[in-house]
Amino acid sequence: MRLDAKIPSGPLAEKWDRHRFDLKLVNPANKRKYDIIVVGTGLAGASASASLAELGYDVKTFCIQDSPRRAHSIAAQGGINAAKNYANDGDSIWRLFYDTVKGGDFRAREANVYRLAQVSSAIIDQGVAQGIPFARDYGGLLANRSFGGAQVSRTFYARGQTGQQLLLGAYNSLMRQVGTGKVKMYPRREMLELVLVNGQARGIVVRNLITGEIESHSAHAVALCTGGYGNVYFLSTNAMASNVTACYRAYKKGALFSNPCFTQIHPTCIPVHGDYQSKLTLMSESLRNDGRVWVPKNPGDKRPPKEIPEADRDYYLESKYPSFGNLVPRDVASRNAKEQCDMGKGVGDTALAVYLDFEDAINRDGKDVIAQKYGNLFQMYEKITGENPYEMPMMIYPAVHYTMGGLWVDYNLMSTIPGLFVLGEANFSDHGANRLGASALMQGLADGYFVLPYTIGGYLAAEAFQDAPIEHPAFKETTREAQARVERLLSVNGKRTVDDFHRELGHIMWEYCGMARNNDGLNKAKGMIQSLRDEFWENVKVPGSNGDFNQSLERAGRAADFLEFGELMISDALARQESCGCHLNEGFQTEENEARRDDENFCHVSCWEYAGEDKEPALHKEPLAFENVELTQRSYK
Amino acid sequence: MSKTINLTLKVWRQEGPEKKGRLETYPARDISTDMSFLEMIDVINEQLTLDGKEPIAFDHDCREGICGMCGAVVNGHAHGPEKGTTLCQLHMRHFSDGDTIVIEPWRSRAFKVVKDLVVDRSAFDEIIQVGGYISANAGGAPDGNAIPIPQSVAELAMDAAACIGCGACVAACPNASAMLFVGAKVSHLGLLPQGRPEAAKRVQSMVSRMDALGFGNCTNEAECEAACPKEISITNIARLNREFLKAKFFSPE
Ligand SMILES: Cc1cc2nc3c(=O)[nH]c(=O)nc-3n(C[C@H](O)[C@H](O)[C@H](O)COP(=O)(O)OP(=O)(O)OC[C@H]3O[C@@H](n4cnc5c(N)ncnc54)[C@H](O)[C@@H]3O)c2cc1C
Ligand code: FES
Repeated sequence: MRLDAKIPSGPLAEKWDRHRFDLKLVNPANKRKYDIIVVGTGLAGASASASLAELGYDVKTFCIQDSPRRAHSIAAQGGINAAKNYANDGDSIWRLFYDTVKGGDFRAREANVYRLAQVSSAIIDQGVAQGIPFARDYGGLLANRSFGGAQVSRTFYARGQTGQQLLLGAYNSLMRQVGTGKVKMYPRREMLELVLVNGQARGIVVRNLITGEIESHSAHAVALCTGGYGNVYFLSTNAMASNVTACYRAYKKGALFSNPCFTQIHPTCIPVHGDYQSKLTLMSESLRNDGRVWVPKNPGDKRPPKEIPEADRDYYLESKYPSFGNLVPRDVASRNAKEQCDMGKGVGDTALAVYLDFEDAINRDGKDVIAQKYGNLFQMYEKITGENPYEMPMMIYPAVHYTMGGLWVDYNLMSTIPGLFVLGEANFSDHGANRLGASALMQGLADGYFVLPYTIGGYLAAEAFQDAPIEHPAFKETTREAQARVERLLSVNGKRTVDDFHRELGHIMWEYCGMARNNDGLNKAKGMIQSLRDEFWENVKVPGSNGDFNQSLERAGRAADFLEFGELMISDALARQESCGCHLNEGFQTEENEARRDDENFCHVSCWEYAGEDKEPALHKEPLAFENVELTQRSYK
Repeated sequence: MSKTINLTLKVWRQEGPEKKGRLETYPARDISTDMSFLEMIDVINEQLTLDGKEPIAFDHDCREGICGMCGAVVNGHAHGPEKGTTLCQLHMRHFSDGDTIVIEPWRSRAFKVVKDLVVDRSAFDEIIQVGGYISANAGGAPDGNAIPIPQSVAELAMDAAACIGCGACVAACPNASAMLFVGAKVSHLGLLPQGRPEAAKRVQSMVSRMDALGFGNCTNEAECEAACPKEISITNIARLNREFLKAKFFSPE
């Protein structure tokens, strides 16, 4: 298969402008003749739906939750990057581009990342115009902070609720278009299949989560904005309904899946405390701006933190990385926490935690200043743990947070299936092997407000379409497939619950395909997943019926896909015999225990093609060319 | 320190909107006090599933107090007894061994029960549709710093914008009024200069849709504020009323 990323020619800084000029335009009067399906209402889906409707397209938008406002994006806390250089500290489009490529450990496409940095400023302007109450300085201008490993202040925020405010801004715009009739909103629908007609993406099959009805919806193009797949690990910071189903089903229909093993493990989360645990809670990494990370110097030191004198504390990030200190990128911070705990220096009941201490910051700035910055995060921490972080250092541990992998897309955000576009966390495109903090919100909104609205026009204007109403045999056939699968799930009637299987899968993934990987473990995990999947189809118990609101059935479908997808992640991790960013294969480390890349052999995007039930998928490679930045070994010393 | 407690749950079970509901009793044994309320229901549901019974349907997603998806009336309180806390953030350490806990869905004419504890809150989306926005198409916005906004104003707008749309205010109000929800949106947008051009139209459309959807009147009971997990202030209702009067006075429809 020839993978054409359709990267425009010309100098990096001119590519996007030129491309926009080269793209065919859809005549304004013709736009209403095109229907576009958008699946998902997170930042990517809500912004895309609203913008496409503003342009005049007829949009049908779907989400799992009861309201589009509740998509997982709502939970993002820390902020959104933009190359505004309001802080006058040397930021620029180039610097944001460079930081993102370097942060991603040189496994992202230069042209896409540059475009992202270019449109970043317009996102903030759009947000302000929508009434997003971003934090402001005393003079009334927008405030910035530095975030997640950046040495400039380019992060815009709305208290600790940036994702909420950005999403509500996009949601309000979306609802405005629902009001005008340009968007038809379908909440409580779960996409089960993609429908292809003549090789083009022409619709989807969804389950109505209230009535159980399997519905068909047709369009001229489909945009998947269905978020990340972190829940393959069962425990993650993702919302409970986050899943891989829509993307995985598209993969099974021929879309290539890229870099599935690139998973970000976030360093600052509340540690696991029991088997019943249903999800993990992130403590925004903005906390690392003021909190100091430490563990006791001596393994097994069980004294309460206050009783451990300075001399017996190991501020390991500050000592190991003097120039970045507590602000090293996420992958580095996470691996170091694991390393300390592996050495027996972990704290708390489980010894799987490190301290994040605000004592010095409170002494320096006063409790009020700290409360103003982090009040809601401290409150959240106290609610969950019952401990007061103003008095006691927080305990944190890494948790699965974000997935850089996703469906392969070209520069136009189109997958290998014509007419299937993929936006936001669901695509693989901009973050390489590691995403920088505050860049996911930026990417989701860039894709939805400022990229897809142009590129989809280029596709629609250039393509010929035959009639493909939902009466078309392709819809009937796909509906039958979806129906059969639902019935199969209900008919097993075994002895283990869906969550029980999902939790076991999560353990396998975390153990063997988590923060550090090795070939033996990965090979072992592959077999374990295969047998778990076999057992699932013989022994899962899904109560209730298909004919009504059935949350167990919803979860069963998602878990079934995770059970296949987990294996794809393992295959990908095994195929990439190097370390890069978040993918650390223990066989490939520098002397300083950092990821050692192999640019000679692995400077590519891995792209997996589905080959059929129980067959090894085929691996294709999109080579990455770096013409504007020099490949270097990342160092945060 | 975590310990375990035993509880008796009385949970509202209702198969569908038109079906009759009833309270069913379930024992909840060995519940760790570190569990969240929803994790406690998860545990019950795993057991119900293994026993061949239908698990309790309840809405939830983020489980960190921000998506507004969860919610139930617990012992008569929307989202339970803890102030400023969504149901998903309520932890079992706030209950004692031997307690009986009654769990019911939001009740309001505008929110129909879908199943068990799940209700239909689409009325909120309908209210937003008619005016809960600033009409700003993507592409045309001026620089973000073109209009300075005093920090205090931005903070006040943020206080109102923190609403998660969970519906606890409606559930807690004896009249099932949605004034706090609408007031929060009208305040958030109306406080900001960008939101002024549409302020009069916004408040009138949102209020009239709210009335048409069957929400009740506000009679200043302040139960909404007490139940709100984000502690949205009822001063937002006062602001809504002022905006409404002003709109009627200056631009009668
Ligand atoms: C706790 C937390 C904090 C974060 N903080 C930050 C931050 O500070 N800055 C930052 O930049 N990033 C942050 N991130 C990452 C960021 O929030 C996400 O990457 C981003 O919001 C993803 O947006 P999205 O639009 O791609 O998808 P999502 O917001 O995940 O939306 C997915 C949508 O797809 C729908 N959907 C999914 N599957 C289906 C299906 N099969 N059928 C129908 N609909 C479906 C869902 O209903 C939902 O509407 C954070 C993430 C977490 C978990
Ligand atoms: S589940 Fe999101 S607020 Fe409770």
